[in-house]
Amino acid sequence: MDTELGYSIIPLAILGGAIRVSTPFLFVSLGEALTERSGRINLGLEGTLVFGAMSGYAVAYLTNSPWLGVGAAMICGALFGLIHGVICSLPRVNDIAVGIAMMILGMGLAFYFGKPYVQPVAPDLPAIGFGWWSDIPQVRAALEVNVLFLIGAVLAVVLWWMLRSTRIGLILRVVGDSTDAARAMGLRPAVVRTCATAVGGAFAGVGGAYLSLYYPGSWNEGISSGQGLMAVALVIFARWNPLACFGAALLFGGAGALGPVLQSVGISEGYYLFFAAPYVLTLGVLIATSSPTRAMTGAPGELSITK
Amino acid sequence: MTLSSTAERTTTARPGLGLAGLARRSEAVLLPIGALLVGFALFSLFLLVQGKSPTDFFALVYRAGFGTAFSWENTLSRTAPLLLAALCVALPARLGLVVIGGEGAIVLGGVGAGYAGVLLSGTSAFIALPIMLLIAMGIGALWIGAVGALRHYRGVNETIASLLMAYIAIALMNHLVEGPLRDPASLNKPSTAPLDEALRVGNVPGWDVHWGLAFGVIACLLMWVLIEKTTWGFAAQIAGGNARAAQVQGLPVGKLIIGFAALGGALAGLAGFFEVAAVHGSANGSLASGYGYTGILIAFLARHNPLAIIPVAVLLAGFEASSGLVQRRMDLPDATVLVLQGFVFVAILMSETLYGRFKIFTPERWRSA
Repeated sequence: MDTELGYSIIPLAILGGAIRVSTPFLFVSLGEALTERSGRINLGLEGTLVFGAMSGYAVAYLTNSPWLGVGAAMICGALFGLIHGVICSLPRVNDIAVGIAMMILGMGLAFYFGKPYVQPVAPDLPAIGFGWWSDIPQVRAALEVNVLFLIGAVLAVVLWWMLRSTRIGLILRVVGDSTDAARAMGLRPAVVRTCATAVGGAFAGVGGAYLSLYYPGSWNEGISSGQGLMAVALVIFARWNPLACFGAALLFGGAGALGPVLQSVGISEGYYLFFAAPYVLTLGVLIATSSPTRAMTGAPGELSITK
Repeated sequence: MTLSSTAERTTTARPGLGLAGLARRSEAVLLPIGALLVGFALFSLFLLVQGKSPTDFFALVYRAGFGTAFSWENTLSRTAPLLLAALCVALPARLGLVVIGGEGAIVLGGVGAGYAGVLLSGTSAFIALPIMLLIAMGIGALWIGAVGALRHYRGVNETIASLLMAYIAIALMNHLVEGPLRDPASLNKPSTAPLDEALRVGNVPGWDVHWGLAFGVIACLLMWVLIEKTTWGFAAQIAGGNARAAQVQGLPVGKLIIGFAALGGALAGLAGFFEVAAVHGSANGSLASGYGYTGILIAFLARHNPLAIIPVAVLLAGFEASSGLVQRRMDLPDATVLVLQGFVFVAILMSETLYGRFKIFTPERWRSA
């Protein structure tokens, strides 16, 4: 640690950390926003994230191509979403409970098939250095931005536009707000919701691939510690708006980066408490944005958690 | 309101006497058993695809979980925390709440009991053990009771909140056990100081299973009485079916929600007490061993009925107890049991759609044949 820079590096390191840590939050929350806009909640994205991390890492290692890994994670994620969507289309099946089951199944399958890939080293996803203007290594390290983060940022804008001003977006919103209205329009709500859940699962799979292929950049059973679940809460905070999801993901990423950054400048006191910062922040945000009496603004009408 | 359909069915279709009652009762027993078998079948298919033998697997589970007196003791020691963890899901479920963060109450209850045991070192077990037990239950009650309070007063989704709080609880435990409460002598595995021999909870006389099992079974029986035979249990069912109607009727919905959540949390905390005082001998990272999560599946399989939790918990404990042997003999990863649990969980939730579909189980439809 350069003593001259001292603690002045902390804000920059947190910004860099926020960009690095936020990418999985971003992808999972965009996927979940899409799913929830259609009137369903998929709590199983934590399991999808972990399975995406495993499958992405395994395929990247076997083919020596990180992008094939991302593709594989995306397909696996879509499959998990599809299963969730199909099961929830059965009458009287509770989407929250199915999400819990898919979380357990996804993690179980990921650990089961991932055992042989804990040791091998897979190729990393590429990053673009935006810190070329600086001579300070810490600044350069902080401004190393992964390509997936940029893709996620573009995706947020595209989804926002899609929901606002395209036919698909309108269909999604109608189905999410009222099953009856959707039926009256000749739409099939169960099919639309299943598709939205599958696409949401694909996004979460990509978020998982980022975890194992870039940051922290290895596969092990502790790769995700609730990011998938926090992202679900984040969507509520972001009021189901993809652009707000982007901001919220950065905020949560910053909270997640707090522990490692403080540790890197030598503050190790209470390390585990800083580690808990994202969970505490998520809970605080949930408490602040929920209300027992009035419906949340912007909430899809058919969503079970806000009814 | 989540889970409300389950609660509605249980209130409207109370099993009566005679043939009609028998039909309704069989539905509640046979459908979960069928779902369990479907889950096993899916898992068998999963093994077959990889060229592993499902018969070998289930034979090994039987041998390691239920085959000998020794394996029964192993299974029953694991049953104790599972019973209590499942109650932590089943009690709030009566009010339509899906609370899945029992792990947090187990972990913090265990730390509380372990630290109280250190402070009470040298005291008589008759004084120290009840204090440790009450502290563990109190912490658990506060932790999950808070989930209920957040739900009632702030409308915070209890499923997400309870799971987030489980993560927070585990971080808090790591902080305490590796920091302020750490025994400097515990080098490889940071722990609180070991409990006095006198403060260790022993086995049930004549069995090689600790007292946690007896407490767990009694808790299941008591909770069944509470839910099925008291006005509180009845009020909880009404509130779970329709909170607004219950409020109009003057039922204290908030008190019921917080009370049932806190009671569930107290029982999960009790599981933490036994893990520390009967199994590990000090509070450490082993407290977060996933009993809380297996408890979720048990409660759903038992359809949130405390009596049904007992056999289901024994069954799943047997699977967990056999994990080691299955790994060694069949060269399967340790996550195999988790995969099995996932398949069973998915199957049991899918079976929800079948209730009321079979004519043989629904006496109302017999006459219209």
